[in-house]
Amino acid sequence: MSMFSIFNVSSSAISAQAQRLNVVASNLANVDAVAGPDGKAYKARQVILQTQAMGADAAAGVRVSAISESDAPGRKVHDPSNPMADAAGYVTHSNVNAVEEMVNMISASRSYQNNVEVMNTAKTLLLKTLQMGQ
Amino acid sequence: MLDKLTEQLGFQGNALVLRAERQRLLASNIANADTPGYVARDMKFADALSAITSQKGGMATSQDARSGQYGTSNTGHMPMVQMPSIGERSTLGYAVQTQPSLDNNSVDLNRERAAFTDNAIRYEATLRFINGNAKTMLSAIQGQ
Repeated sequence: MSMFSIFNVSSSAISAQAQRLNVVASNLANVDAVAGPDGKAYKARQVILQTQAMGADAAAGVRVSAISESDAPGRKVHDPSNPMADAAGYVTHSNVNAVEEMVNMISASRSYQNNVEVMNTAKTLLLKTLQMGQ
Repeated sequence: MLDKLTEQLGFQGNALVLRAERQRLLASNIANADTPGYVARDMKFADALSAITSQKGGMATSQDARSGQYGTSNTGHMPMVQMPSIGERSTLGYAVQTQPSLDNNSVDLNRERAAFTDNAIRYEATLRFINGNAKTMLSAIQGQ
């Protein structure tokens, strides 16, 4: 049944987008984290989406192929009173850009909703097909 | 005699299978709306339908069964008929990119959503045609 593979395709997209939301949540949670004793601050993470063939040749799902870490330098704030400040009095924060993360979050949430709607439509169509000839 | 009864249903059945196939294609496009480098696929419904109806499909004739085709070893066996093949990569086209994007993704989400809804409605319409056809045949059989 070809229509059933819609559920596989859409659920792969939903789980990929959910993982993206997870990464955004972790970035936003660490937006103000300062460097630890090892001097390394939190690095912003980003999922990498890739197309995945789902058996039948025309159906293409999505998967998260890797999670990359940003190499951008961390935000430096002058705060000599902070116990984590370096010799010059600067504290290194994580390199998360909160605005970028909010945009990423909205995009992920819209894609998630789109795929849920696709699944709902496919479900309605299949239920109607079940009632064929009655 | 039997395939006279279901001749009309065969065409609508093919159309329904094609609609389901296109629905799956559009679902794949929507699922890959954020994938870098993904190319949106679509099919020309009219061309696909005429290709599928010109193929030999539907109910096998009794002559096929007699000649031992379709895996029958006895003339009393019901012949197994494969559905006509559809949705092969060669019959699929590429959707035209409406706006250039930095990551080379050619999915236009607005267009795909519209096509998805449109295709869902046409799928239901085909279902109703089949249902109406079946009801007509039933009342013809019952003679009431």
